[in-house]
Amino acid sequence: MTGPIGFGGGLPLATVLIHQRSGTTCEAANGFCPNWIAHNFSRYETPLLQHVVLTVVSVAIGFGIAFALALLAHRRRWLAGPVTGVTGVLYTIPSLSFFFVLQPITGRGSLTAIVALVSYTLLIIFRNVTTGLAGVAPETRDAGRGLGLSDRQLLWKVELPLALPEIIAGVRVATTTTVGLATLAFFAGAGGLGAQINADPVFKSNVVVAGGLCVALAVVLDIVLLALQRAVTPWTRAVPTA
Amino acid sequence: MNRTTTQTGEAASAHEAATLELRSVTKRYPGADEDAIAELSLEVPAGDICVLVGPSGCGKTTAMRLVNRMISITSGDILLAGRSVTELRPAELRKRIGYVIQQIGLFPHRTIAQNIATVPRLLDWKKERTAARVRELLDLVSLPAEMADRYPAQLSGGQRQRVGVARALAADPPLMLMDEPFGAIDPITRERLQNEFLRLQSELRKTIVFVTHDIDEAIKMGDRIAVLRKGGVLAQYATPAELLMAPADDFVEDFVGADRALKRLALLRVRDVQLWRAPLVREGDSTAQAREQVRTSDLPYPLLVSEDGRPLGWLSEDDLVKGRVELPVDTAAEPVLDRDSVLRDALAELLERDTQYGPVVDQRGHVVGVLSLELISHFLASSDAIQADPADRVTDTPALS
Amino acid sequence: MDTGGANGMIGPLALLSQFNDAINFIFHSRDSVTGGVRIGGSHLLPMLARHVELSAVSLGVACALAIPLGLWLGHLGRGQLVAVSVSNVGRAVPSFALLAFFVAYLGTGFTNASFALILLAIPPILTNTYVGVRQVDREIVDAARGQGMTGWEIVRSAELPIALPLIFGGVRTSAVNVVATATIGPLIGVVTLGDPIINSSVYGSAGQLGASIMVAVLALLTEVIFAALQRAVTPKGLRLAAGASTSRRRFWTPKRRAYSTS
Repeated sequence: MTGPIGFGGGLPLATVLIHQRSGTTCEAANGFCPNWIAHNFSRYETPLLQHVVLTVVSVAIGFGIAFALALLAHRRRWLAGPVTGVTGVLYTIPSLSFFFVLQPITGRGSLTAIVALVSYTLLIIFRNVTTGLAGVAPETRDAGRGLGLSDRQLLWKVELPLALPEIIAGVRVATTTTVGLATLAFFAGAGGLGAQINADPVFKSNVVVAGGLCVALAVVLDIVLLALQRAVTPWTRAVPTA
Repeated sequence: MNRTTTQTGEAASAHEAATLELRSVTKRYPGADEDAIAELSLEVPAGDICVLVGPSGCGKTTAMRLVNRMISITSGDILLAGRSVTELRPAELRKRIGYVIQQIGLFPHRTIAQNIATVPRLLDWKKERTAARVRELLDLVSLPAEMADRYPAQLSGGQRQRVGVARALAADPPLMLMDEPFGAIDPITRERLQNEFLRLQSELRKTIVFVTHDIDEAIKMGDRIAVLRKGGVLAQYATPAELLMAPADDFVEDFVGADRALKRLALLRVRDVQLWRAPLVREGDSTAQAREQVRTSDLPYPLLVSEDGRPLGWLSEDDLVKGRVELPVDTAAEPVLDRDSVLRDALAELLERDTQYGPVVDQRGHVVGVLSLELISHFLASSDAIQADPADRVTDTPALS
Repeated sequence: MDTGGANGMIGPLALLSQFNDAINFIFHSRDSVTGGVRIGGSHLLPMLARHVELSAVSLGVACALAIPLGLWLGHLGRGQLVAVSVSNVGRAVPSFALLAFFVAYLGTGFTNASFALILLAIPPILTNTYVGVRQVDREIVDAARGQGMTGWEIVRSAELPIALPLIFGGVRTSAVNVVATATIGPLIGVVTLGDPIINSSVYGSAGQLGASIMVAVLALLTEVIFAALQRAVTPKGLRLAAGASTSRRRFWTPKRRAYSTS
């Protein structure tokens, strides 16, 4: 805790001064400076991109794993308990500890960050897929069987489409959560907007822009997923025509 | 001695059934173009069951909920025992009015005893008094005492409904409001609960407002029936018999149903019909005497009865070839009909046994006459409700099974 | 895995020794990397205490604010948009960004740290309380009203007890969140268990890993304790009702098999 700047003084990542702390300008007072933001916006582009990649890759991998587990658990009910238990533990471990516990195994960098972030999405997506599938009305399932659908056809043609809103809702929650957790990914050496915040956390302009970008990213991704959900589930908006 | 009299006197005055009077009650929801209830006036005598019936959306539930001010009145007034319901704060008023709804609304986190004790607890009754009342009520609604510590989730639908009724009765209210109380229950249990409730009511004599969409239930339960049409307009307010005999207009006639003549059978008892006189013979009577009996009676066969007048069987031509009437006879006198049983049930029994006649007995089992399909069809024909051949109607009614 | 040495990956033996060293750090004190100061072992206890203190205070205040507000809004059926979207917004604002925002605008210190954590803890509790009250069957509330219960009596004897499991679900989520986020407390001037993680130049990698393990255990403990609490506050009648519905669900499992074999 020797240096006056940056929280991550002891971290092996270089703490960069974002601006010169001299003079009587807005920047020197660590204020909120629109001018400074306008001129320095480009320095947030790379961290933002890193953040997007971390989030999208983690959610995509997490979805693949959780979805497969959920389908398995849908066939073999006894799996649901253990899977929920294990993913629940992963979900509970604070991301910060997770990054450091993983580091001896996966090293510093994006791999560690992604492994940790993936593990957080598992519980959310798994739970939503299984509740979505369980929420399909028994009579609908019955009708499907009565029409001669095989178990596999029933799953892909009836159960999964009907579970879609719930599934996508899970992905949405997982995505916004991951955007938030990825702000700590710099502890694992994976950069992202968190690194930018950490570079100068007392400079209001910096915190507002980097934090704001995090929120904006979460909101944009959420809207994209919401639009996707609406596009693929037209029947949920059907209104009886008189 | 003197004190006890006063006490019971007080208790009686507090809990005696009250008359309920609706005076030009109107309800219009804010922003609505039409009244939900329009100028509804009716009086329910103390101790009567008034059934509000009508198609869905006619405002029957709204009308009921105006009484305990779950919904506020737009204009008009409702008087309970001569006093306006607006005199009391809503919560106070509602503690004095029993309330039963279709979904029952038991508190899932409380035991049956705690559920029943809801109002006594609100009224700060002493623990012992509440406990005693809970036991009494469980017994009253035919639930075993050990149900007291169960939770609603452990009860069947029928049992929960009994708890609902017990809960509404807890503070012995002078008026009960019941909104389709048996609506969500299977037909067999519903029938049993209806009968039990009528038995209960014959003891308690509460004033009851009972909402249903089922005209058969209305006819069965109601002392008086108020038929409502859309917009909460009173179409007819009458006793079940009047309603069936003389529907006020096409709407009521339609609602009551084309088979209303048959429904009347549910309202009447065997004793209400002018029975046929039976040609009674006893063992040892001469067959000539028996033939003479048949000639002067309404029936082609003599009915053999025991010494004390109980029905034994019908005598056929073969039984009359000898000089004297002897036992046994070929044809049993079945079904034996109770003169107090409902005419509809008596008809059902005749049809079930595939027979034309049934001897009718009084409480001691003595034959008092004979009921026949012919008599019933005459009865149906005599009412002004008959448009078609009564025999056809009799065979195609599922209501009789 | 051995080939990953370049970016910090190490072999299994070295891996074991790293974890061994970390565990050792947790249970035995040693000199700091920079020298002169004793770290680890019993010296971790004040940090643990501070961590728990910060978490408990924040969670307590958040409960005191969010539960009454949620009950009130839920009972009246108002503010659905606020009560529900607050948790979406809460999720979208990263806790790290929120803390940084507090540092930038208000400075460091225990009070500011707990402000940030309170803000973090409120949304799940508020939303769950609101939803918990709203999901009480309308018939139950109607029956309660019809029997002459006042608004407060309905909240106290019906809505609150029936909503309790959900409310505690929210408290549980927030508790785990708060414990996790309190780890970055040293960045905002509160020396929690996150200190060895963040100041590895003083504590060394063993300290970093050891504290990480402690934080993980603390979070899991919090989860377990609150799960037990949640179970304990669930009225028996509700557990029975829930049991009835799961057993009904189980009921059609064999039926399904019968269908698929036919």
